[in-house]
Amino acid sequence: MSGPAPPSVATPTDKSMTADEVVARLRSGSTLGIGGWGSRRKPMALVKALLRSDVTDLHVVSYGGPEIGVLAAAGRLRHLTFAFVSPDVPNPLTGGDGPGLDPHFRAARQAGRLQCTELDEGMMLLGLQAAAWRLPFLPTRVGLGSDLFRLDPSLRTVRSPYPGPDGGPGEELVAQPAIALDAAWVHLNVGDTRGNAAFTGPDLYFDDLLLEAAAEGYVSLERTVPTAELSGAAGDITRLRVNRMFVTGVVEAPGGARPTGCAPDYDRDEAWQARWFATAKDEAARAALLEGWAAS
Amino acid sequence: MSDGTARRADHCVVAVAECFRGDGEILANPIGVVPMIGGRLARASFAPDLMMTDGEAALVADTTVSAPAGGWSVEAHNPYRRMFDVVWSGRRHVMMGATQVDRHGNQNIAALGTDPHRPDVQLLGVRGAPGNTVNDVTSYWIGRHGPRVFVGAVDVVCGIGWDRAAELGPVAGRFHEVRRVVSDLGTFDFETPDRRMRLREVHPGITVEQVVAATGFPLALPDDVPTSRPPSAHELALLDQVIDPGGARFREVPDPA
Repeated sequence: MSGPAPPSVATPTDKSMTADEVVARLRSGSTLGIGGWGSRRKPMALVKALLRSDVTDLHVVSYGGPEIGVLAAAGRLRHLTFAFVSPDVPNPLTGGDGPGLDPHFRAARQAGRLQCTELDEGMMLLGLQAAAWRLPFLPTRVGLGSDLFRLDPSLRTVRSPYPGPDGGPGEELVAQPAIALDAAWVHLNVGDTRGNAAFTGPDLYFDDLLLEAAAEGYVSLERTVPTAELSGAAGDITRLRVNRMFVTGVVEAPGGARPTGCAPDYDRDEAWQARWFATAKDEAARAALLEGWAAS
Repeated sequence: MSDGTARRADHCVVAVAECFRGDGEILANPIGVVPMIGGRLARASFAPDLMMTDGEAALVADTTVSAPAGGWSVEAHNPYRRMFDVVWSGRRHVMMGATQVDRHGNQNIAALGTDPHRPDVQLLGVRGAPGNTVNDVTSYWIGRHGPRVFVGAVDVVCGIGWDRAAELGPVAGRFHEVRRVVSDLGTFDFETPDRRMRLREVHPGITVEQVVAATGFPLALPDDVPTSRPPSAHELALLDQVIDPGGARFREVPDPA
């Protein structure tokens, strides 16, 4: 029965690291893309590790949730590129109530402590896509006529070199500049230690695009499995939307999106969000809550 | 359940539903309680081919506004990223809220104050309003009509109005249409030569004078302002028994004192 031993196969790179090791690779002043959407699937284990470090002066790019209020309150933000910052309170039809706006983000913005680049949600998509494709900009109709040009005087238009729909001169379009990231942080449901990962909830959001727009991509995971089990753990192949070409490091972090939601693994922690929002006007309570949270 | 008599919230819901009449097979995307109920009412009565979201990543065929016990009847996966394909193709009519709206339908949900770099009051951000208004049909729902919402000029133009779209010219502005504004006092459109907001109808019990007093700019006023139509008996039954049996609409729009 037994023949010669099969030839050995080279061992692939294991990209496992700790959250603190991920943060150690981030320098003050970096541009950091944060995945998820609103209060959904934010890489909060990595945000906690950031609070334990002395990294500061960050430019964060995000479809913003509570991580923005946390980082603003902790004094780690210099610049924010955003289309919204929302705690995503539940739909009142399902019995939700609570603040619809993030008080910590608002306080920082109203005090003039944040430089901001305000974008339409879709412009952010195009900026990330341009960076991912190594283009300087992508053209779009989005933003024409709006105050985004007043909010950001560096925003430019570009004229199409092709005739317009009426046969006249080419259309004038917004030239959404590339949003290149030094690093991207995302949190997904399941993956392997090589950097392949899947979302098992309803929405990938823009996590794959953030990784592709970044020089270094870091993925925290609810759980890791051997590569051979990944497709099965994800449910089916169409959920394997993050692959290791775009991933520098992998952190196994069960519960790593808390207090934001991570469907289908857990819901948003409304009690934590409420406690956090309640510290908006109490600096001592705010600092104590953040310190305890970052250490947890 | 109602006693068969339409209440203020029912009139608002019907006015919202009417915004979607004739839209055909597109995504009707009403955001908020009364808009969602109104959109469902349109689909359940006179616009059966409208598509609607579950509020997350699915397009669903259900008539209820809350998830049914057996789960949503899903027609399509429509994650956030996919929504831009729908918006930019023009196959959508969105009904958004507005912290401020002006006489030409410019809308603000981003910030209050004159310094855009240091707002007096930071709100949500522009969200998708610039892209919506330059690409697909947009209407607005205002739950509490007042002069601080209906303002002479909005502080930040997020959703662009008819004057801004006209400045863009016929090519760049060709997909722009702010169709209606529905408030708890009445319905407004822009069907005037200079695309100024016009009082289209008042809800029962509301006078034109009340609307004028609650609006911070001069409205176009027809000689005769009709009263908004009540729901039919069938529509009222749909609202009470199928779409909103919990009466969420009455909590958002209370009956007049």
